Amino acid sequence: MGNYFHSVILKEESCNGCTHCIKRCPTEAIRVRNRKASIFGERCIDCGECISVCPYHAQKAVTDDLEDIKKYKYKIALVPPVVHGQLDTGYSIGKVLKAVEMLGFDRAYDISPYCDVVSAIIKYYIDNNLVPKPAVSSDCPAIVRLIQLRYPDFLPNIIPIDSPMEVAARLIKTRVVKEKNFRPGDVGMFFLTPCPAKVTSIRVPLGIGISYTDGAVSVRKVFASLCRNLKELQNVEDVEGYEYSGRGIGWGRVGGQSYSIDSKHYLAVDGIENVIKIFDELELGKLEDVDFLEAYGCLGGCVGGPLLVENSFIAKRRIRYLSENIASPPLMSEEKVKEMLDTGILKWTEEIKPKKLISFDHDIKEAIKKMEKTEEILKDLPNIDCGSCGAPTCRAMAEDIVNGRARLEDCIFKLRERVKKIEK
Amino acid sequence: MGEMVKLEYRVSSEDFERAGDASSNTKKVLKKIGIPSDVIRRAAIVTYEAEMNLVIHSMGGEIVVEIFPDRIIVTAKDFGPGIPDVDKAMQEGYSTAPDRIREMGFGAGMGLPNMKKCSDDFSIESEVGVGTEVVMTLYI
Ligand SMILES: Nc1ncnc2c1ncn2[C@@H]1O[C@H](COP(=O)(O)OP(=O)(O)O)[C@@H](O)[C@H]1O
Ligand code: SF4
Ligand SMILES: [Mg+2]
Repeated sequence: MGNYFHSVILKEESCNGCTHCIKRCPTEAIRVRNRKASIFGERCIDCGECISVCPYHAQKAVTDDLEDIKKYKYKIALVPPVVHGQLDTGYSIGKVLKAVEMLGFDRAYDISPYCDVVSAIIKYYIDNNLVPKPAVSSDCPAIVRLIQLRYPDFLPNIIPIDSPMEVAARLIKTRVVKEKNFRPGDVGMFFLTPCPAKVTSIRVPLGIGISYTDGAVSVRKVFASLCRNLKELQNVEDVEGYEYSGRGIGWGRVGGQSYSIDSKHYLAVDGIENVIKIFDELELGKLEDVDFLEAYGCLGGCVGGPLLVENSFIAKRRIRYLSENIASPPLMSEEKVKEMLDTGILKWTEEIKPKKLISFDHDIKEAIKKMEKTEEILKDLPNIDCGSCGAPTCRAMAEDIVNGRARLEDCIFKLRERVKKIEK
Repeated sequence: MGEMVKLEYRVSSEDFERAGDASSNTKKVLKKIGIPSDVIRRAAIVTYEAEMNLVIHSMGGEIVVEIFPDRIIVTAKDFGPGIPDVDKAMQEGYSTAPDRIREMGFGAGMGLPNMKKCSDDFSIESEVGVGTEVVMTLYI
């Protein structure tokens, strides 16, 4: 609905009209009408909650196929920490990267060193008070969009730098193009994505004009091939020549960023509902002592991404193991950070404007009138939020009625009342 | 009077389970109407503090939020016990909250001062044995 690109889409033929998704959607963007769900594009933040909860797999993510990488002369895979959480820790990072290359890439890069780059920048922003407290991580695009939509007062708190994916894409592409004498269009950068939110952040990024990442392949889609490739590599001696960092790999789970920057007063929150509660507290002026807020849309952090395979607790355990047992080079010095920021390539260039959701009307008088009507209707509804009308709550239903998107009789209790009246 | 939305919440003494509902619901409604975010933030704070005072210090009462196109009026009214010295109660850091409540993280004595700071008009009337009424107006 509407002219918005979203990675999360609904496959109508698979939708059974059950109401699991409407309840889980943190922005109340889904309605079921005539036994089919539909998503309001302007409200969707691509968190993927509906994908995780849909029993019929009707909610999907638009991602790229391995076919799509073929149109590039030189194909690069960007491998985020969460990928390692999907696989047995017995596989070395080098082997995993090699197995990714065997999917059809010329080169696979682990993005953990770029997580370290971002960690150093985050630390720099916090230590120098360059954003208001608490500084908010810009890594999870679902959270950035949540803030834009529901907590616009906190937009200035977001550290205005690219996520490790984008940082990796920018630094690697620039380097490869120069070293190998390619035209930028020859090099295709593909992210192995755990979530639809990252896909959206590639296609319609916030904070930057265009993304240097050219596409995203879902981890789930390539998982079987990846395992097959790893099997093939079983008897191969360890593969060298890749860069990675244990600290950076830690980013795959909640808390990883805060550990990386060694923050004393951090708050790490996972799961969109929990993040909403924290922002509600912040809006009341609480949590004044928090320096850094690391927030993820998914439970457990990115290990809970909807396009992954492994149970998130198991994946989390592996990430912890790897981050503790793999060596990490020291973080960049402040001088280095400054130098890097001065190149302008990693800082956001565009202001993120609040996305005002007009529920009723631009005119405040008109809006108040409609809210008055909503309250009136709400008093008349059973207020049990059963969801069978297709709206997530009785309040959302009352609003829909006022906005002409639903009728009172769509509430089965109201319908029953009416039928009884007619019978009499 | 014209356009106006009235939200009413009963608040029970010591009901910590539902404490915060009135302010979070008020905030939701204000966001939907499209009130400027700075006003919403202040309205949420005054409603929250008023609500918590009813829960912690009163024998129960009511919060009424009236939303007009040009202002929001938040009224918190309770049925006792009343405040013996209102001037003292208005001082920053003054609190009579017992340890049991302080252990829950309340009782910093900043509620009333913050309510005053966050509203454009503020009035408090209290009579021991009768009750307390706080009226706060925020202009949009
Ligand atoms: N509704 C009320 N009924 C009775 N006493 C109240 C009420 N509201 C506030 N008070 C008194 O005023 C004091 C200061 O209130 P406040 O500034 O909100 O701080 P706190 O709630 O942290 O104690 C309270 O400790 C209490 O003694
Ligand atoms: S927590 Fe990670 S996996 Fe989940 S939406 Fe955010 S970036 Fe994607
Ligand atoms: Mg108080």
